[in-house]
Amino acid sequence: MSTQTSARRRERPIRVASGRFPWLLVVPALLGFAFLLLPFLGLLLRAPWPTLGTRLLMPEVLGALRLSLTTATVATLVSLVLGVPLAWLLARTEFPGRRVVRALVTVPLVIPPIVGGVALLLVLGRNGVLGQYIYAWTGYSLPFTTAAVVVAQVFVAMPFLVISVEGALRGADRRYEDAAATLGASRSTIFRRVTLPMVAPGVLAGAVLCWSRALGEFGATVMFAGNFPGRTQTMPLAVYLAMQQSPDAAIVLSLVLLAVSLVILICLRDRWVSAP
Amino acid sequence: MTPTHPALDARLVVRRPSFALDVHLRVAPGEVLALLGPNGAGKSTVLRALAGLAPMVDGHVRVDGLDLTAVPTERRPIGMVFQDYLLFDHMSALENVAFGPRCQGVPKTEARTRAARLLDRVGLADHAGARPRSLSGGQAQRVALARALATRPRLLLLDEPLAALDAHTRFSVRSHLQRHLADFGGATVIVTHDPLDAMVLADRVMVVEDGALVQQGSPVDVARRPRTGYVARLVGLNLYRGRADGTRVTVTGTSGAPVAVTVAGTHSGEVFTAFTPRSVALYRTRPDGSPRNAWRLAVDGIERFGDQVRVHLTGEVDLSADITPAGLAELALAPGDLVWASVKATEVACYPA
Repeated sequence: MSTQTSARRRERPIRVASGRFPWLLVVPALLGFAFLLLPFLGLLLRAPWPTLGTRLLMPEVLGALRLSLTTATVATLVSLVLGVPLAWLLARTEFPGRRVVRALVTVPLVIPPIVGGVALLLVLGRNGVLGQYIYAWTGYSLPFTTAAVVVAQVFVAMPFLVISVEGALRGADRRYEDAAATLGASRSTIFRRVTLPMVAPGVLAGAVLCWSRALGEFGATVMFAGNFPGRTQTMPLAVYLAMQQSPDAAIVLSLVLLAVSLVILICLRDRWVSAP
Repeated sequence: MTPTHPALDARLVVRRPSFALDVHLRVAPGEVLALLGPNGAGKSTVLRALAGLAPMVDGHVRVDGLDLTAVPTERRPIGMVFQDYLLFDHMSALENVAFGPRCQGVPKTEARTRAARLLDRVGLADHAGARPRSLSGGQAQRVALARALATRPRLLLLDEPLAALDAHTRFSVRSHLQRHLADFGGATVIVTHDPLDAMVLADRVMVVEDGALVQQGSPVDVARRPRTGYVARLVGLNLYRGRADGTRVTVTGTSGAPVAVTVAGTHSGEVFTAFTPRSVALYRTRPDGSPRNAWRLAVDGIERFGDQVRVHLTGEVDLSADITPAGLAELALAPGDLVWASVKATEVACYPA
């Protein structure tokens, strides 16, 4: 929304100054838009519409979809439990090295997910830095389990939530927290009853971003959790595998992912519009 | 020392890179103290320090004899009304008022009953379920007051309680506030930059400028005998400081040169002289007659002031004169014109500095 308005604002002076149509901006803009849209059109054009129904109900598709939705949701919940306090720490406290911590939090945003997967294996794998002790003491090995899928997704998606919530916390008026303190509220009560409700739109937006990022996670998952149908094969992995065997199945799976993402986008838009 | 503790006894020392505050406050039970001062003088910092929201480098805060200096905000027996009221938007008016008692561990139903009673007292029983956003400014102010009183504080702090209201609402909310403050048994500290609020609401006025106390006294005393240019402007007086010798006071003029002012009584030593703009008469030619002060000054600006016209003059001394619109037309004054301004000696108040 904000980018639209700023683009419109930028357009006007050019038109006034030159009196001509701003080709230099409009042509690349249309090209860019087409570039973003065409792949989806291709997907729709090549979709095996007649067999779509039966393909959708195939157990592999349903299994992958169920696994994807469950793991992305669990990953989002874990990210909320860990990420909101982390965002609070970054936004509301001063401690030495806070800027470094903040930079480190955003690292998973910029490194290739597959590198993240390798790193996770090196730390939590059966012979990993921590994993060897976990395995030695409990006999449990995390990689190539459904839990590993969640761990990979949290690693990749939680920074989105942290960044979003931290921004909301920084933007929130802290004087409301002062007001609550004068009314006798302890710090935890203030956080629960005043701060969280104030930043709720930011938390929600962050959670949705986090969820959709977790849903689309591929690189870290395939490296750390492998590609086992029913256990670690999420939708993106299933799409990749299907593409090697029957492209039609890949198209169907992609359409499902696309539909889920669109629903999320629409929900999020409504929320953003209705939010104050 | 009085036999009983004052309700509030505090010395507040706050230091920031570009600002230092050092004031001493004492407020008796039931007394309302107004802190008057220009923006940035440190008035709000005083309240925040009393509430424990601004860190102090030195000093103490004692309420009813209890030392609160090291007590965190949430355990101080205070109620605070903030400038923009800061009502919680995600709660109803009733929940806002019940929030404090709930935090103090009062059971939910009892807290809600107490809140409903308080809302009734401030005349908002019908708005208990309303969201703060749907309330008018005056209503929000009353909810904020009810919320501050709900914790049964011993010290009530009001930060510019009427600044956010329009002139019409201000009047009714001010008298409403006055009634509630009269009922409150603890100490009240009000911060304001409006002298009218201070005059109406307070028992005592303290003027704070640049982080320090510059004058205190009853509202009438402060209004009649200002001691700084800020207060003088606020209450609309022309004020000069000087040395008295008999009926003659030598004050420092605009350029720093001495200027003589004749007063009615005899005085000696450092004094303030003050007179109202209304007591100044303007003439095109030099006036003569009874003992007068007369200066030839240039017109600096002219503005409407009620049913009068206020003429700002500059020269040996700077002063304001209020004349009628008819008088202005007769004199045909324009900025830059030179006129004679005169004040009768009997109109000039003179008091020790």
